[in-house]
Amino acid sequence: MAVVEAKNLSKIFGKNIGQSIKMLDQGMTKEEILKKTGNTVGVNRASFSVEEGEIFVIMGLSGSGKSTLVRLVNRLIDPSEGSILIDGKELATLDKKALRQVRREKLGMVFQQFALFPHRTILQNAAFGLEVQGVDKEEREKRAEESLKMVGLGDYIHQKPGQLSGGMQQRVGLARALANDPKVLLMDEAFSALDPLIRKEMQDELIDLQATMKKTIIFITHDLDEALRIGDRIALMKDGVIVQIGTPEEILMNPANDYVEKFVEDVDRSKILTASHIMKRPETINIEKHGPRAALERMRKEGISSILVVDGNRRLQGYVTADDASEARKKEVSNIKEILKTDILKVAPETSMQEIFPMIYDTPVPLAVVEESGRLNGIIVRGAVLAALANDGEVNMDA
Amino acid sequence: MLDFLKDIPILRYIIKQIPLAEGTEKATKWIQEKFAFLFDPIKEHFGNVMDFVSGDVLANIPPVLFILIVAVIAFFVSGKKIGLAVFSIVGLWFVYNQGLWEALMSTVTLVILASLLSVIIGVPVGILMAKSKIANTIFTPILDFMQTMPAFVYLIPAVAFFGIGMVPGVFASLIFATPPTVRFTNLGIRQVSNDLVEASDSFGATGSQKLFKVELPMAKSTIMAGINQTVMLALSMVVIASMIGAPGLGSQVLSSLQRASVGTGFVAGVGIVILAIIIDRITQNMNKSKE
Ligand SMILES: Nc1ncnc2c1ncn2[C@@H]1O[C@H](COP(=O)(O)OP(=O)(O)OP(=O)(O)O)[C@@H](O)[C@H]1O
Ligand SMILES: [Mg+2]
Repeated sequence: MAVVEAKNLSKIFGKNIGQSIKMLDQGMTKEEILKKTGNTVGVNRASFSVEEGEIFVIMGLSGSGKSTLVRLVNRLIDPSEGSILIDGKELATLDKKALRQVRREKLGMVFQQFALFPHRTILQNAAFGLEVQGVDKEEREKRAEESLKMVGLGDYIHQKPGQLSGGMQQRVGLARALANDPKVLLMDEAFSALDPLIRKEMQDELIDLQATMKKTIIFITHDLDEALRIGDRIALMKDGVIVQIGTPEEILMNPANDYVEKFVEDVDRSKILTASHIMKRPETINIEKHGPRAALERMRKEGISSILVVDGNRRLQGYVTADDASEARKKEVSNIKEILKTDILKVAPETSMQEIFPMIYDTPVPLAVVEESGRLNGIIVRGAVLAALANDGEVNMDA
Repeated sequence: MLDFLKDIPILRYIIKQIPLAEGTEKATKWIQEKFAFLFDPIKEHFGNVMDFVSGDVLANIPPVLFILIVAVIAFFVSGKKIGLAVFSIVGLWFVYNQGLWEALMSTVTLVILASLLSVIIGVPVGILMAKSKIANTIFTPILDFMQTMPAFVYLIPAVAFFGIGMVPGVFASLIFATPPTVRFTNLGIRQVSNDLVEASDSFGATGSQKLFKVELPMAKSTIMAGINQTVMLALSMVVIASMIGAPGLGSQVLSSLQRASVGTGFVAGVGIVILAIIIDRITQNMNKSKE
């Protein structure tokens, strides 16, 4: 079951919301509605569901409605339309007390502007959620200290937020949410103020946390690299609308529209693309059935100078070159094994392009993409690598 | 000039003076009679309390001890700087030297009690205004009214309800001095950044947890600024209240006025100024030192 589910969620800021909702239904854009009514569309009929243990990234440019959307999830703001379900329970049906309970137990939030309490020490800040729940002092401070240690601030617990740098404050915000041990973490640009080194560390920490503690995380960022790195799935927002939801690969490979395409065009693809994305279907011959003559025939037909050899289970055996095959035919050699070469480079399907890059320049024959079982998945030719990096769309998605 | 208009029957009523003065008088009388059961015990018990504070407690503290206590408080609230403490010692000694000690004690009693009541009433009202739009719209004009009405006017119902003496003095200064505390409390809570309110909401804080753990601590210095003003207004009103028989430095000024004796009037006036400065600096510094 989905832990967080949003259905047709809209938020309009301003007066006379009903009229603006109607305009949304008529398909008017955020800009048109702003011009006509002066109302701002924060979120425009967003629907998504987040599964348990998933890191769901919401991405988009400034003002696209990310913060508004995440505030709708824990109902810091009421939706103008639509519903939000936490663990299958519709938030709108809950009374104040029940809503508080959901917030205490299930939803922890890290704020974009930190939102630390300046009059409290770091420790008291981190312990706030537990304090509100009535956990006694000793216990809550112990737990708060643990989560502060986790974000690397164990030495600062008696300082006030004003004494810390922006990045440190942001980590206090994270520790405050973690101390509560909520089921779902809502993180609004939670790493934006961190320097690259700590940022990467925190990303790893987060992925760890999600893996070990089965946390469900809704993570907002406008940094695509970050989104691709940590996201199981990514939702791309524009003007309040979710324009595409998909895995990082889907977003990269099949941008739903120009906007997404533009968004992803600057990505360092070599880090994201793997062997399976750029491999081609290989021409092969079967070691048990085919001889040099058949091999030569195939190579001539396909216009290639070498061909891969597999067994009946499509396990890669090696390759033969056209030269060797024609030689063998002259000599009337009928067993392909005699001319089989095995010095072929193999890579796993999930090998990144960054690693493939140097390999492909050292070998005259294509790289073979081979599963762990030895089964051949495809081949990578030099041209495909270049094409993928140049982003001309000639990548193989159905692999 | 417009007399001819009176011949038109409807206009006669419009032009006729609205009997606001009589109405107010009647209302006051009505309240006075109907609520005598309330006013009389207040007057009696509260009067007793005040007599006890000024007559038994403060009067029995030896002036030297009192001066020392004030000086020590001044020393610590001003961050262990010596200036205010020295001023307190010299100033209070001067008042004692001029034979105004008893009057000073009465004034201090009035100011403390009036301010205390103002804060006890003002802070919750301010909180209510910050939390409720309706309360805000209701109380804002009332506060404006309370502050702009000349202070003397409050003396009249005060006398009507509580007779003369200390109690009506406190009552009048309560009305006059409470608004700043209410306004600043309201302002202070409204000023708490929405981020922090959202943060406490997001952790599932109840309304009162939010108030006591976040909003009031954040608004504290603003509220203290309001309280400082309230105390100063209470002091000024206590002086005016001498006109209805409230004892203290104010009544010294008043009697000098009646006898046109510039000298004693000036001395009592200086006493009030000294008290004002000490109270003002101490309350202001209380605000700062806790930040
Ligand atoms: N309280 C509010 N009142 C009126 N309009 C608002 C309010 N909050 C947000 N908006 C509007 O809603 C839209 C979305 O804002 P939001 O803060 O969700 O953007 P965001 O994607 O989080 O941007 P950023 O990356 O800059 O944080 C903006 O057009 C903004 O002006
Ligand atoms: Mg935002």
